[in-house]
Amino acid sequence: MELAEKPHLRYQKKNSYTKMAGPKSSFLNLILALGSVTLLSAFSLGYVYEWTLEPIATAKREKQLRAINAVVEFDNDPLAEAFSVLDGRRVEDDPNALVFYPAKKAGNIESYAVKTYSDQGYSGRIEVMVGLKLDGMIREVQILTHRETPGLGSKISAPEFLEQFVNKYPDKFNLKVTKDGGQVDGISGATISSRAVGEAVQVAYDQLQIIKENE
Amino acid sequence: MEYFAIIFGAIFINNIVLSRFLGICPFLGVSKSTSTAIGMGGAVLFVMTIATIVTYLIFQFLLVPFGITYLQTVAYILVIAFLVQVVEIVLKKISPELYRALGVFLPLITTNCAILGVAILVIQQDFNLLESVVFAIANAIGFTLAIVLFSSLREQLELAELPTAMKGVPAALVVAGILSMAFMGFSGMSF
Amino acid sequence: MSSRSIITQLTKGISRENPVFVLLLGLCPVLGVTSTAINGLGMGLATTFVLIMSNIVISLIKHLIPSKVRIPSFIVVIASFVTVVDLLMAGYLPALHEQLGLFIPLIVVNCIVLGRAESFASRNDLFPAFLDGVSMGIGFTYALVILGGIRELLGSYSLFGLKILEGDGLLVFVLAPGAFIALGFIIAFFEWRKSIATKAKKAA
Repeated sequence: MELAEKPHLRYQKKNSYTKMAGPKSSFLNLILALGSVTLLSAFSLGYVYEWTLEPIATAKREKQLRAINAVVEFDNDPLAEAFSVLDGRRVEDDPNALVFYPAKKAGNIESYAVKTYSDQGYSGRIEVMVGLKLDGMIREVQILTHRETPGLGSKISAPEFLEQFVNKYPDKFNLKVTKDGGQVDGISGATISSRAVGEAVQVAYDQLQIIKENE
Repeated sequence: MEYFAIIFGAIFINNIVLSRFLGICPFLGVSKSTSTAIGMGGAVLFVMTIATIVTYLIFQFLLVPFGITYLQTVAYILVIAFLVQVVEIVLKKISPELYRALGVFLPLITTNCAILGVAILVIQQDFNLLESVVFAIANAIGFTLAIVLFSSLREQLELAELPTAMKGVPAALVVAGILSMAFMGFSGMSF
Repeated sequence: MSSRSIITQLTKGISRENPVFVLLLGLCPVLGVTSTAINGLGMGLATTFVLIMSNIVISLIKHLIPSKVRIPSFIVVIASFVTVVDLLMAGYLPALHEQLGLFIPLIVVNCIVLGRAESFASRNDLFPAFLDGVSMGIGFTYALVILGGIRELLGSYSLFGLKILEGDGLLVFVLAPGAFIALGFIIAFFEWRKSIATKAKKAA
């Protein structure tokens, strides 16, 4: 689109582009123009924000519920009854706390979904959701977030690796990797990541034992 | 020790250019000679540190109290654009020498996504003010390190015999890939 | 505007003026989010939305803005649409939103968007500005999908999430270095094609 094709446009009257545009560049005009653009943008964004508030909350909730649903069965609302635990004590909103989601059937707690983690991953924290029955048996293990190397450490999310935890009792099944004398079959080339997952599960189990004793 | 982890992590493990892919435009654009690369690095260090402090304060004391954190992107980019202008004017007055060295790079910095990226990252990672400053400086050093290393490689590349189609940017990108591979050797280090 | 020039307008972004492979603009998201074709497509469409909307608004308000605050005003318009995309994706496409992460707010500093606003939308009427947004958006999306597809195919032997070959793939293409290397070779391919075209022209 060559400019010459559009003689009706205002700026064609003067050759220099910078001199054309609209109103004069008085200080008041500058403030007025930028101010009204910004205000208009802020108000319309406020509107969009209100509008998306609910979908965003629903999306977050559904994501959490899906993760819990993958490791335990329940007919209550585990999110509403969730509580955080740090070193065996209940705490409020601590980034280092484990989150316990009670999974009830007909009003009785049958198991817990525990959001646990390990900071011993290859590239930082690995977040794990563990489903634990009240007697300590592991129901399911799911990886929530990790930043492990794609293709190596990232295999901790694969069912082939996570299956080995299912239906095991951590008091009999040593959650260390075989390399460290435990019973967890580490992923070849990703011992550190495998070790971290075992550790995260162990922490969840230990904290559950303390909670049970205290109650 | 925690600060050391932030610094080492930002410079080597998650290098802002080679692993996070921020600031690629200046990384490719002004890396033809080592001296301009150093100049750009200096300008980034300057602006990134100031921008991170100012945007951090705006976020914590303006956006959070009024519950308008969704205006983060708009507010940040305006502040950064404004800051670059102010830095340019102030630098011209206070230190004409520094201005001569960095001046040409300053206008390019508004659209350098590394600046906005770091300002958003410190909020996402829940850093406090001091940690944010350390993070910003470390990232600027990481940027400078990457661009200076890259520019010296590119100077060598000028002498290499290459197929015509590979000359220039394509070869530079492949070299950047190899450099990024070298930096991957740092991943997995923990403190 | 004749239908022929509409078509030239629309196709310029794909080949002649492809923002990524020819103009080398907006490379940060191009490298950052293209580990799979799906991510590339999502990022491309998000950027296209911002491009079209900001081009439209800027061509409408161009006469109301004094030249001295032109750039800041354009940036505010662009940043607003970026926030809209950010909020909408968080609500309706949470998985993709998480994958693209930091690169969504960073659309605001994508040189393509501000570049088109400044060099095209602020000098043209609504319709050509809209076409330009569509064209550049398509070109950008196309580039992201090509690069994402190549990286996914080589890196994990799959395409759009579907397994094509057995095995793990060449890991390096999923990782950061692979992004640089793959893009380098694609740009080289475009250069090579261009050189053949010029040679053919000279011969004729």
